[in-house]
Amino acid sequence: MAIRSRLDLAAALKDSVLAALLALGLFGLVVGIRTETGPVGALELFPRIGLLAAIVGVIFLGRFAFVLLYQGGFLDFAGARLASANLGTRFGGIQRFAGPALLGFAIAVPILFYENRYYLDLGILVLTYVMLGWGLNIVVGLAGLLDLGYVAFYAVGAYAYALLAQHTGLSFWVCLPVAGILAAFWGILLGFPVLRLRGDYLAIVTLAFGEIIRIVLINWQSFTNGPNGITGIPRPSFFGLPFIDGEGGFAERFGFEFSPLHRIVFLYYVILVLALVTNFVTIRLRRLPIGRAWEALREDEIACRSLGINTTNTKLTAFAIGAMFGGFAGAFFATRQGFISPESFVFMESALILAIVVLGGMGSQIGVAVAAFVMIGGFELFREFAQARMLLFGAAMVAIMVWRPRGLVATRVPSVFLAKRKIIPAEVVEGARR
Amino acid sequence: MTAPLLAVHGVKAFYGSIMALKGVDLEVREGEIVTLIGANGAGKSTLMMTICGTPRAREGQIVFAGRDITRLPTHEIVRAKIAQAPEGRRIFPRMTVYENLQMGAAAGSLDPSHFERDLDRIFRLFPILAERRNQRGGTLSGGEQQMLSIARALMSRPRLLLLDEPSLGLAPRLVHQIFAAIRDLNKREGLTIFLVEQNAFHALRLADRGYVMVNGEITISGTGRELLERPEVRAAYLGARH
Repeated sequence: MAIRSRLDLAAALKDSVLAALLALGLFGLVVGIRTETGPVGALELFPRIGLLAAIVGVIFLGRFAFVLLYQGGFLDFAGARLASANLGTRFGGIQRFAGPALLGFAIAVPILFYENRYYLDLGILVLTYVMLGWGLNIVVGLAGLLDLGYVAFYAVGAYAYALLAQHTGLSFWVCLPVAGILAAFWGILLGFPVLRLRGDYLAIVTLAFGEIIRIVLINWQSFTNGPNGITGIPRPSFFGLPFIDGEGGFAERFGFEFSPLHRIVFLYYVILVLALVTNFVTIRLRRLPIGRAWEALREDEIACRSLGINTTNTKLTAFAIGAMFGGFAGAFFATRQGFISPESFVFMESALILAIVVLGGMGSQIGVAVAAFVMIGGFELFREFAQARMLLFGAAMVAIMVWRPRGLVATRVPSVFLAKRKIIPAEVVEGARR
Repeated sequence: MTAPLLAVHGVKAFYGSIMALKGVDLEVREGEIVTLIGANGAGKSTLMMTICGTPRAREGQIVFAGRDITRLPTHEIVRAKIAQAPEGRRIFPRMTVYENLQMGAAAGSLDPSHFERDLDRIFRLFPILAERRNQRGGTLSGGEQQMLSIARALMSRPRLLLLDEPSLGLAPRLVHQIFAAIRDLNKREGLTIFLVEQNAFHALRLADRGYVMVNGEITISGTGRELLERPEVRAAYLGARH
């Protein structure tokens, strides 16, 4: 692309002055004046002209440079290149390899990083969010029901496992399905009142639902131990063999030397399998009538009804199945942490999971996995810059929404293809050409 | 005379407190093409939606094939073999043509051989859809989308097909094509069709009988030819001078 036009200095200057004035307004009081308690207790004001001038100056120059670059066409070019790098279509070609490659990497992580507990823990965390993302993807990505309270089902699963395991002493593998079923039940319970709502209204009610669950958990002291949470949740065992040093433990039975890492590796593979089950079930459901009905519901609810689809049941199953996987993930979370409290189930978690689904490209399985990896991994990467973290998070979101407004993997893969020769008689195709 | 396939008796429907249908009476007999014409906002589409149960009729009765369907939920009305190609086509834009047709068969029989045979029949009727079968619905042209909308409705093997303004926004040549397909369906397969149209000239020429709706009431009815010759119909809907 050629340099588009001659640079318009006057316009650039005007734009920069406006930006500088805006900055002056914004920072004038916040940065320009410092208040301190004086000797007699009254506030004293210290002007900080220099700092303010520096900020305004930087903004003025930055804006000026930006506008000039923009006029020169450089930024356009960069933007266009980014936009045309269509991950979606490229994924279409390499998706066959990207999926297995990612899976192979995921399986190999405990071997590659065996000595590095930090990476193992991070891997478990990422996979938990991959699973949550895939679970929410059923509700938001496939059925198109905007759910801002998904964390509620995560919480139900976690508390269900914690309380069941503590009071009955049943093993993780018995409690897991119960936790999932309970979460699904709550999913249906939420589904009923919101059946007639769509879009923004649905989002508000689900948001409230998430908060209700959290507040109940805080206040129902006798049952949930309130804000103190539940401690001493049974750790998982290797199908009956606890991960302990000594007699009857996993290491002794298999003749290994005891290492606390065994349990971490086991947990890693448990969440990997759970996540893969979520993925597998979603992929299978998409090919069944119910999955196609979800997608049709997302596209056009009125058309669905006019085709004889029971939209009530369709929505409720989406809520229930999505919630069930949230519940599984919650049970896993509880057994991994050994301690849960309402603190872990705040709105921010719902927002994060939803962000993973949206950034990944609604309805795309691999996109969600990549988004979870990038978001959670990125969060960890910037742990040291805790203050700038949310800023970067926001900036990344804005960038993706500008250049890839439909998510990382935007193209929807059809659930069925019609082989060419299978059904169409030759004369029909001929007729079409006429 | 046998009982009509669809009988609408004194149906009143409301949007909030506004009466959109003020007691409509109408009949569609087996094997007929019946058309309902009228100006914008006369309540034509409302009647069609009311037959399908959204909104429900607040008063009156709708009988289909001897069964009272007035209070049934929409999806059960469709299962009773009434299919609808709704106003504005309402195809699923991100799903392929093939998937759209599958959705149409959702209310039909579960026998997969039916589906394949129906698909065959649809592709004969609209050959262009066979070419486009793996293409996303949203990428089709307006005429193709309309064909897909009709085809999708046909996939449930209806006894009565409701068409809401199939000619809306289409070029004249495509309107001809769509109307030819409708005539075909009726003549060859004996499908009963209830057609709501603003394109009164085409609709009345095609239809066995017609109704004219004004402000939520049926004002005139008769055979298609009679209506075409009625001066008040000509003046109001065909743009002819007295």
